[in-house]
Amino acid sequence: MNTPASFLTEEMRDRAIGQESQPVTADVEKGAIIKFAQAIGDDNPVFNDEMAARQSRHGGLVAPPTFLRSVPVARAEYPFKMPYERLLDGGSEWEYFEPVRAGDRITAVSSITDINERAGRMGLMIITTYVITYRNQFDQVAATQTNTSIRY
Amino acid sequence: MADQVYWDNVSEGMELPSLRKDPTTQQLVKYAGASGDYYQIHYDKDYAKNNNLDDVILHGALKNAFLGHLMTDWMGPDGTLRRLACQYRGMDSPGRPITARGVVTRKYQEGGNYLVDCDIWLENVEGQRTTPGSATVVLPKN
Repeated sequence: MNTPASFLTEEMRDRAIGQESQPVTADVEKGAIIKFAQAIGDDNPVFNDEMAARQSRHGGLVAPPTFLRSVPVARAEYPFKMPYERLLDGGSEWEYFEPVRAGDRITAVSSITDINERAGRMGLMIITTYVITYRNQFDQVAATQTNTSIRY
Repeated sequence: MADQVYWDNVSEGMELPSLRKDPTTQQLVKYAGASGDYYQIHYDKDYAKNNNLDDVILHGALKNAFLGHLMTDWMGPDGTLRRLACQYRGMDSPGRPITARGVVTRKYQEGGNYLVDCDIWLENVEGQRTTPGSATVVLPKN
């Protein structure tokens, strides 16, 4: 593969940082929470069993910590053509402010907060940091997720 | 439901109960469906091989979920997860067991809350930490 020495310019970085996606709103269905808990192999009753969850301090079913990965979000777009199509997930950092409950309506917005390039063993890599903000129907920030995504 | 852990009974250096996971290709398909992440490197071996991988690999986010499971099991019904972070340093594939582990790194009070920071990670059977991370929980006080 023909790997250029550099792709990103300062001007491109400046234009990319601050790019925001359109908000996407979705309802959190009870069945989706249970299906997610089963998929990750977590049998905690607060994620799986409405009757048992009612006895908990939440008074009902809540979502496991990474459930919001299943909520649709539009990715903030690069303001230029991105030639690197292969994608790896570098990592995630969640901050939690409010529980996510069955019946919540979540609005997710993604924004680009940083972008850099690095030469790796697979050639030039573009490392983008996205922050996704998840707001509930009361306009409270339920959680934020900072993702590092690697294109190569 | 797991027993409740109290802030008073936690000490720095204390290990969290480990959590073993035995991911299968079936689990990756279930996770793809539940999360909506249908990237083929997680269930199509030919596609994975065309991407220079030996096998299909676990979704990073599934490994993140395993670390979430470690924390919610440990903090119990009255604990609150404040922060959960991890980095995907190494790849994991179905058929290879991985274990979630953690250790308490800091115990402190802040804004009237009783907090605990932990280093957490997933390690494979060779003992390599493929997914290091950290977490913060609020625990009840006795």
